[in-house]
Amino acid sequence: MNASANTDFTLSIEGLTVSFDGFKAVDDLNFYLDKNELHVVIGPNGAGKTTVLDLICGKTKSTSGSIKFLNQELTKLAEHEIVRAGVGRKFQTPSIYENLTVFENLEVSYPSGRGVFGSIMFKRTEEVSNKIHEISREIMLEDALETESGLLSHGQKQWLEIGMLLIQDPQLLMLDEPVAGMSVKEREQTADLLKRISKGRSVLVIEHDMDFVKRIAQRVTVLHQGKILAAGDMEKIQNDPNVIEVYLGH
Amino acid sequence: MTFVYEKLMGGRSGLTGFIILAVFLVVVLPLTLDSFRLNLVGKYLTYAFAAVSLVLLWGYGGILSLGQGIFFGLGGYGMAMFLKLEASSPENTAIQSTPGIPDFMDWNQITSLPWFWELFNSLTFTIIAILVLPAAFAYIIGAAMFKRRVGGVYFAIITQVIAVILTVLIVGQQGFTGGINGITDLRTMNGWDITSDSAKYIFYFVNCALLLMVITASRFILTSKFGSLLLAIRDKEDRVRFSGYDVSNFKIFIFCFAALVSAIGGAMFTLQVGFMSPSFVGIVPSIEMVIFAAVGGRMSLIGVVYGTLLINFGKTIFSESFPELWLFLMGGLFIAVVMFFPNGLAGIWHDYSHHLTKRLIRCKDWIGNHLSNITNRRAGENPQ
Repeated sequence: MNASANTDFTLSIEGLTVSFDGFKAVDDLNFYLDKNELHVVIGPNGAGKTTVLDLICGKTKSTSGSIKFLNQELTKLAEHEIVRAGVGRKFQTPSIYENLTVFENLEVSYPSGRGVFGSIMFKRTEEVSNKIHEISREIMLEDALETESGLLSHGQKQWLEIGMLLIQDPQLLMLDEPVAGMSVKEREQTADLLKRISKGRSVLVIEHDMDFVKRIAQRVTVLHQGKILAAGDMEKIQNDPNVIEVYLGH
Repeated sequence: MTFVYEKLMGGRSGLTGFIILAVFLVVVLPLTLDSFRLNLVGKYLTYAFAAVSLVLLWGYGGILSLGQGIFFGLGGYGMAMFLKLEASSPENTAIQSTPGIPDFMDWNQITSLPWFWELFNSLTFTIIAILVLPAAFAYIIGAAMFKRRVGGVYFAIITQVIAVILTVLIVGQQGFTGGINGITDLRTMNGWDITSDSAKYIFYFVNCALLLMVITASRFILTSKFGSLLLAIRDKEDRVRFSGYDVSNFKIFIFCFAALVSAIGGAMFTLQVGFMSPSFVGIVPSIEMVIFAAVGGRMSLIGVVYGTLLINFGKTIFSESFPELWLFLMGGLFIAVVMFFPNGLAGIWHDYSHHLTKRLIRCKDWIGNHLSNITNRRAGENPQ
């Protein structure tokens, strides 16, 4: 496939390489994500999963290769431009503003008033308020809108961060271990949440919890030492001898 | 009306604090202090501008500037240059070898007024320069630092270094700046004697009005989405960046605004004190400004004004009796505040008033219960 050709993929990564002092964390990676696809990336520690997300959202600059999002090259853009293009990313540890209320967290993430003067003149209109209520219902935090977010439980913090991304309505949502540290019940609720929010957008999830992966994944990619070891549906992955050898068998 | 109440005053608690401060500065102090002491308070209040700027920059933005003296100094020197030119009329300086230029230039064998001094013949230019130049300088520093993501302790050190460089420059170029003595002997402003008692009263009130305006403008910024974003940037910069904001622009803006506010303070300092010197530009004054903010409460626009007054009165009183101990005392106070009262005077007041209101409510409930008990009993005694 020609690297410069336009495609129907939401995300198309080709020949992506990043090396840190000679160590190739991601090595000549090719990866494609369809519209409306919920895709899970698994792999042992150090496989380069988080690095791939870092590369897509611009946190880490690639050494070579191309990342195209809706046929727009991302490797040349600044972080905030990538977000504005429609890519949202949740970090591994809940990354919320602990001193602000849940409402304020969502308001700060609301995608207007993004410039300096725009933010000073930003008005909390009915539209903004309605959107915040709508999102807070979605993430099961409507009753906690006025709570200082530092007081939320770990699981609620994870949901809040997902909500902060949802309010921007990204075309591509990337979640780094969304259920880490959650209780069984919270995991179930999060799986349902992901199924709901993956309608109409592509979702890329990194996860370790195999039960959770089984519950949500349409397609799974296994990364190992910066390369793709296997890809396909869950059943195929689970029976792949290479995958059992390096990852599942442990 | 709700706009003014919520956005400019910060709701009920903000408004109460603002009114108390305004009454204290504009009514109580002028009625109780003689003109010498009031002028002293006026001088301290010019430092409060810098302290307020640090609430925005450091308290909310998490950007510690150890160089607010730079901007305070630029504002002060701008005003001093204008006043000095007026004081250096050919009649006043007839005994100089080149009459009509400031005395220190004559002493340094300079024979004509440099072009950048020429501009300060105009009061309009001077005021514009005071409002624009420090902010523009802050923009250059801010853009160079924040676009490269220099922050935290590195930023603090760089601002500190710039303050030193500026001091060295002023002292070294004494033919243009008056050197270590600064710019002195300032007498009139457009022919009006600024050393008279009446002028000092007027400057005091102008100073209070400007300070209250600056606090209101700052409140407006902090209650907007920008204010929430500042806190967000302070706590989770990456999350803000990956929510689609160009974080550096926000930092640059608040740094420029803080520079502007400090510069207004500097200009008012020159007007009230009658001179400007490098000792208000360098490391010590810049760090003192941070201490004023820390002691007053770096999250409180109102608290830092009291913090500034308290420390400066302490300095005046103690440095008269124990001049060699004062710096140690202030250093110790700073450490103590940071360790035990991270929210400063404002934090102590907030906790205490919270406690007090709770107690009052409990008291009210207790009295209410007793009264209703009494009335019930009475009603029981007199069944009619």
